[in-house]
Amino acid sequence: MAVLIVGAAAMALKSAGPVVAGGRELPLRVLPLVAALAPALLAAFVVTGSFSTGRSVVIDERALGLVAAAVCVWGRAPLLVAVVAAAAVTALARLV
Amino acid sequence: MSSDRPAAGKKAGFAYGVRAALPLCVALVAFGASFGVLARANGFGVMAPIVMSLTTFTGASQFATVSILGDGGGLGAAVVAAILLASRYLPIGLSVAPVLRGSRAARFGQAQLVIDESWAVANRGDGTFDRGTLLGAGVVLYLSWQAGTVAGVFGGNFLGDPRDYGLDAAFPALFFVLLVSQLKSREGAVAALAGAGIALLLVPFTRAGVPIVAASLACFAGWWRR
Repeated sequence: MAVLIVGAAAMALKSAGPVVAGGRELPLRVLPLVAALAPALLAAFVVTGSFSTGRSVVIDERALGLVAAAVCVWGRAPLLVAVVAAAAVTALARLV
Repeated sequence: MSSDRPAAGKKAGFAYGVRAALPLCVALVAFGASFGVLARANGFGVMAPIVMSLTTFTGASQFATVSILGDGGGLGAAVVAAILLASRYLPIGLSVAPVLRGSRAARFGQAQLVIDESWAVANRGDGTFDRGTLLGAGVVLYLSWQAGTVAGVFGGNFLGDPRDYGLDAAFPALFFVLLVSQLKSREGAVAALAGAGIALLLVPFTRAGVPIVAASLACFAGWWRR
């Protein structure tokens, strides 16, 4: 039951925008809003993904992974390298 | 890092999306498998977790549903938690609406391939999205998630905990790389700071999912000054 309700809700949430307003150009006034949505959400994904567990704000091994990704960006490494480095550094730090 | 994302005004396309999503395949298979394992352990059987991955296709909501119900929480609590976690797809869906063309049914179908990661790699940084990249990355990530779920449901815990491999750190790393190129403009930097601040401030006080959807409001920062 829950599976069906959650599935339907997720599908509805994802498709509401595209089904109602799909294929249409956005009004020029709204474009800066959408442009700013990306950095706002990306930054929120980064900080919640790296610095939170449940309802706690924490600094743990994932922070070192993020530093590794930052070093890769600074060194102009490709996306793949940055992602793998973050995972590897986090995994190694957890072993120690 | 211009090679890491579609440039404004240029078509990056499906193949780019596939390539951009590859770094995350392993992580999605592993977390899909751990979802399958958790769902089985919590008494969901074989079909329910697979159907859930096929339809819901957003990991956080799926984990929340099976863990709350597995811990004896009510149907209402599980559904509310899952919907809060998926609520960010309302603004995300609106932002990609202009590039999803075709009939109502086609737009509905394409919208199901939108998850945080496919949305993030398809973002051109100017308020527009690359349709091919969105769909290419979406297909790869969708298939990885389904493969992982099936493996977890039938194969059990042979992959171990994805956290042992640091795979939970792969997602913020991807988002960070994609974020950096957005920080060159003043507006982008302001929105990022506001989004990160709102999210972190809300983490201790709200239910999971709320910090993210609230952070999307940061896109209004500076908008009225135009």
